[in-house]
Amino acid sequence: MLAFLSDHLEAFAGGAVITLQYTAISCLLGAILAVPIALMRLSAKPGVFWPATAYVLFFRGTPLLAQIFLIYYGSGQFRHTLEAAGLWQLFREPWFCAILTLSLNTAAYSSEIFRGALQTIPRGEVEAAMALGLSPLQRLRFILFPRALAAAWPAYTNEIVYQVQATSLVSIITVMDITGVARVIASRNFAFYEAFITAAAFYLVIVYLIVHIAKRVEARLHAHLPAADSGGNRRVRA
Amino acid sequence: MLDLQGYGWLLWDGVQLTVVVSVGSMAGAIVVGLLAALAKLSPSRTRSFLVDAYTTIVRGIPELVLLLLVYYGIPTLVQDVAAAALGYRFVITINPFVAGIATITFIYGAFACEVFRGAYLNVPAGQHEAAAALGLNRMAVLSLVILPQVFRYALPGLGNVWMVLVKATALISIVQLPELMRNADVAARATRMPFTFFFAACLIYLAITLASMWVQARAEGWASRGVIGGRL
Repeated sequence: MLAFLSDHLEAFAGGAVITLQYTAISCLLGAILAVPIALMRLSAKPGVFWPATAYVLFFRGTPLLAQIFLIYYGSGQFRHTLEAAGLWQLFREPWFCAILTLSLNTAAYSSEIFRGALQTIPRGEVEAAMALGLSPLQRLRFILFPRALAAAWPAYTNEIVYQVQATSLVSIITVMDITGVARVIASRNFAFYEAFITAAAFYLVIVYLIVHIAKRVEARLHAHLPAADSGGNRRVRA
Repeated sequence: MLDLQGYGWLLWDGVQLTVVVSVGSMAGAIVVGLLAALAKLSPSRTRSFLVDAYTTIVRGIPELVLLLLVYYGIPTLVQDVAAAALGYRFVITINPFVAGIATITFIYGAFACEVFRGAYLNVPAGQHEAAAALGLNRMAVLSLVILPQVFRYALPGLGNVWMVLVKATALISIVQLPELMRNADVAARATRMPFTFFFAACLIYLAITLASMWVQARAEGWASRGVIGGRL
């Protein structure tokens, strides 16, 4: 096992960088996409509400693996259309399909988190903002978003943790993330348990590092609220 | 169109296996979850430490890596250990069905454990005391009074676990178990119509999710039938 580690640690570290890149980029794009989807899901207009609802239902109701195959392999069925549109260059690249699917997927889950957070904001605060004469955009910018961000953060960090693990699926379409590296090393050296245990250890470290950082950020987001008790737990209504 | 170029039956076979694997794993996850929750709630430090280690590991490792570890890793590990310790040389393999159910059970047992623990803590202390006052022994308190209520509180959480679990079974296609996802892949390659078949697979998973949501709502109503205003 030690010899295995010293031989392949560098390859695994390279895989970890890819995993982190895919996580960061897809979470960023997903979060940007999630905000309008969450707002659409809160709309009373059926023409606005239903497209967003169908989107969320589709991406939350089907396996991520099916979505990846649908976009990566499925795009081949529309090759001529995509070539005509000049998009085939992108859709034939595994990295593009991986990022696209991961972002669309996490956007659906994140939008539900944001929607829930927006709904926890007391009605009185919105009314107070209206009474102050803030425009709808100003209400979003100064009242709703800051409040919703603090409320959504604990659930959103869970989503980031899931996203780290979800990126392992991109190894199936040949992206060399941690899992991809492990699979190649495993079959080349006939070192299956060594490779997958190493991969598991890498994911554990990354996940618990993120959980640790998220807790620090959470403390900052709630810094204006009464101080934590000795155990570091804050009893807050955020 | 609807028979999908003659491959509709292949998908249907896949759906059946997906449901069998899901139900089998869910049953396993409920048993593992219940045992783990009881261990975690017990005063024993060792037991609750073991359960903590279990849930920590499951939360931090992707399902795919665990599946590959079980399917490829465990047989080679057993072979290596046997060769080193006993001088035996042999080749063992796990079939994908067993590896799949074992992995999914292991993962979702941890999630079910959290659900059961939360549900158990929701049962008012007075129920324990009343049952003890009636002279029931510990097993009777648990099986006649506490567990029925735990299941009622756990139902919404278990419904969520089930819906995530069904989607997770798609991963077993990676080790060539001919369930829905794998058969959709086979059909997609044979007909060169990947979008059609993967989209059909997506719609089937969606149908299973929607049906599960409906059943869950009914089940929660049924479990709360004895409680006034009891829909959780």
